[in-house]
Amino acid sequence: MQTNFTPEQLSNARIAEAESILRRCVHCGLCTATCPTYVLLGDERDSPRGRIYLIKDMLEDNAPASKEVQHHLDRCLSCLSCMSTCPSGVDYMHLIDLARAYVEQTASRPFKERLVRRLLAGILPYPERFRFAIRLAPLGRPWTKMLRRFGFEQLAAMIDLAPAVLPPSPKFEGPGTAATEDERRARVIMLAGCAQQVLRPGINDSTIRLLARRGVDVVVASGSGCCGALTYHLGDEAGAIEFAKRNVDAWTKELAKGPVDAIISNASGCGTTIKDYGHMLKREPEYAARAARISALARDVSEFLGAYELGPPKRWSSLRVAYHPACSLQHGQRIKEQPRDLLSKAGYSVVDIPESHICCGSAGTYNIMQPEIAGALRDRKSKNIKRIKPDLVAAGNIGCISQLSGQVDVPVVHTVELLDWAYGGPVPRGLEPLARFVSNVPEPKQRRAEDFIHA
Amino acid sequence: MTLSRMPEPDRAVLDRRDSIVKDLEALIGVDGVISEEEGRRAFEADALTAYRQAPLAVALPRSTEDVSKILRYCNQNGVRVVPRGAGTSLCGGALPTADSIVIGTSRMNRVIETDFINRTITVECGITNLAITDAVSAEGFFYAPDPSSQLACTVGGNVAMNSGGAHCLKYGVTTNNVLGLKMVLVDGEIVEIGGAYPDSEGYDFLALVVGSEGQFGIVTEATLKIVPKPESARPVMLGFSSCEAAGQCVAAIIGSGIIPVAIEYMDRPAIAVCEAYAKAGYPLDVEALLIVEVEGYEDETTRLLRDIVDIARSFDPQVIEASTSAEHSARIWKGRKAAFGAMGRISDYYCMDGTIPLARLPEVLSRIAQICAEHRLKVANVFHAGDGNLHPLILYNANDQDESNRAELAGAEILKLCVAVGGCLTGEHGVGIEKRDLMEVQFSPSDLAVQMRIKSVFDPGWLLNPGKVFPLSVLEASGERPAADQAA
Repeated sequence: MQTNFTPEQLSNARIAEAESILRRCVHCGLCTATCPTYVLLGDERDSPRGRIYLIKDMLEDNAPASKEVQHHLDRCLSCLSCMSTCPSGVDYMHLIDLARAYVEQTASRPFKERLVRRLLAGILPYPERFRFAIRLAPLGRPWTKMLRRFGFEQLAAMIDLAPAVLPPSPKFEGPGTAATEDERRARVIMLAGCAQQVLRPGINDSTIRLLARRGVDVVVASGSGCCGALTYHLGDEAGAIEFAKRNVDAWTKELAKGPVDAIISNASGCGTTIKDYGHMLKREPEYAARAARISALARDVSEFLGAYELGPPKRWSSLRVAYHPACSLQHGQRIKEQPRDLLSKAGYSVVDIPESHICCGSAGTYNIMQPEIAGALRDRKSKNIKRIKPDLVAAGNIGCISQLSGQVDVPVVHTVELLDWAYGGPVPRGLEPLARFVSNVPEPKQRRAEDFIHA
Repeated sequence: MTLSRMPEPDRAVLDRRDSIVKDLEALIGVDGVISEEEGRRAFEADALTAYRQAPLAVALPRSTEDVSKILRYCNQNGVRVVPRGAGTSLCGGALPTADSIVIGTSRMNRVIETDFINRTITVECGITNLAITDAVSAEGFFYAPDPSSQLACTVGGNVAMNSGGAHCLKYGVTTNNVLGLKMVLVDGEIVEIGGAYPDSEGYDFLALVVGSEGQFGIVTEATLKIVPKPESARPVMLGFSSCEAAGQCVAAIIGSGIIPVAIEYMDRPAIAVCEAYAKAGYPLDVEALLIVEVEGYEDETTRLLRDIVDIARSFDPQVIEASTSAEHSARIWKGRKAAFGAMGRISDYYCMDGTIPLARLPEVLSRIAQICAEHRLKVANVFHAGDGNLHPLILYNANDQDESNRAELAGAEILKLCVAVGGCLTGEHGVGIEKRDLMEVQFSPSDLAVQMRIKSVFDPGWLLNPGKVFPLSVLEASGERPAADQAA
């Protein structure tokens, strides 16, 4: 596509980057068909191609972002479905990140919105604060109707999303090493995450058990924390970069202590961001090389396990598992087959959800910031899940799990929780009623050679 | 690349913009009208981005009745209208004028009725082509015409352009698959043409409306044929060391009486780009690749593939490789279908669309190469060889004005060549703005005069999709005058 930037504009590295991305787009429009907001709203401005156009005009005009542009960019889920569809290889992810940062720098927001954004950025990345906030949520629950009436839909959405009961803390919070009892075959760093370990601590526990059983030491590095995705997608680039640097520092220290085979993430939204650290920090001379190294080591847990032979499962079931591919996994990291394969090899009967490329509406904090669209997408997804009548749903991202829990009439769990269960772990939280359909695989009787010789 | 000029906007309409917007909002609601500048600019081009013009406003109706209200209003007020589906046109079919209202059908995308016994489906026209197949595929059916943009393009656009696609060799183009239409005429009247039965009573208006490029009215619903999916379908890839050999092979397959579902052609540059995108296992060291697909009962496809491979052997192919699995077939098609977009990875491109008699294929291909070389441009060829529908992609740099102009000139020469060898200006993309000024190459003045009179019957004020199809000079010289001139 033709662009109109002055040489002076192009001397700015960010504009130059945007320009090179824009030049790839041929405006063919294929992306519109798989964009959740376009499918829902039928408005070019809420499609990837339309947003690319809005961004192009905004940057070319070198003017502050208008309310209109801000509105339509805010409505983008960053699900990156468009990138899976785009035949021209337009790097929409980096374009929208860049545009969001531009919008935050050049345009203001009303007080209510600033308040919600502050709250989110100030609470979610910190497990202690988040736990505290969830404990407070019941106090707000009677007031959600009133909040909505006064235009605080986002605050109401926040309160609605908070779980009624706080699950117990995880077995292993780190920092430290969860060492394998088997012969050590690999050593990995695990991102312990932020919101996930509060909402569903079983995910980290399952991951550690699953890995440890296969001879993998799992390290949670001291000083590591939230990956920064949350703040990044709220347009707070500087804040996100601080989080990224903290993790790069913490993990580089671990790398110095001994060989690391991978940096594992079990929340695909975070994984996508860690894989992008190299790009996020490329303009920071002190960090660029180290960040690139970290990104190169980053793996989703299913990606890492996919390369391992997990062997026959310990438990057998005929449970019908609807696999919900998180957008950050299928579009962001292009990991499509591994989680399905792992689940099937573990003995589950895996079924695909119709329209599985369309986002469930979670998208980080999107379900709080854009409750209306997120709700419509959630309902569409729930309907599609119900159509295939599964016993439960498995997904690789905590956002999707929270978004869908309670919306479909079956439990929603993380892929690794199911895997861990099949390979000998405890029943995942919420699946207790299904446990009676799962039985132990009988151990083959061990016979020695002499049993045959002297028979 | 803007050698074709658009008609002058109607000043009086431009001046009334605010009141027109207000009136439209009153008709279909505030959330159905886009009037801010940035928003309008997002509609300034379709997939032919060389031509751009933001419209006066955009209306996004939700029903046939909405469309009717808008058209009645525009007709009464002398406001031009540009229909738009998904904006995937490669000939600028949805290019607005500054004084026009774009009517986008994207919100009208419901399936109205499916009838598996009579094998028909009735849909709103903003539904995407592929969504029709999705709606009937669980029952074992599909909708046959498959433009490469089928993921995104709408049926309304397909009807307007009489779109084709790879599989049209066997199933025909859009016009062969439409049974009935609901259309809003320029004065807002809603008419139904044809219906869920073959043939039409009286004149065959369907044939007239399909391919009329949104200049006769706005189609809002369509009743279409759906066909049962074959038991098996398998492509074979045939690689050749010269385009002549590939061209002769195509002619020989068709000449033998076999009707494959599709015969697709890619040349070396196109193969490289598509392989990089789709990883379909295309051979990279051949000059020309044919993808020939056959379908039917399992035994039938096996036999047909064998016959085709036998025919191909006499043209000394370097590669003969049949698809090994459904997944492999999907990848082979994914690369072909995304060819245009994938070309965007390496360059801007200008996608041509002409047809030629099959026997002239080798000669035309070498002439195309020559023309592009003369204009110092690169070209890649990806097209439907089975029915002689060429799509040379002329590669150019959109940020280089001189190169853009050369691309457009080379394109015009290629299309003239198609006509000269006994072919046609348009295969399946339509005329739009892109081929408008070449219409005189194809048609005599009296041909064009008759066509313009037909257009005047449907749209006496020439308000619908202005500036397209008929060269402005011809139009201005004729008795059929566009609305703006009448007003002046």
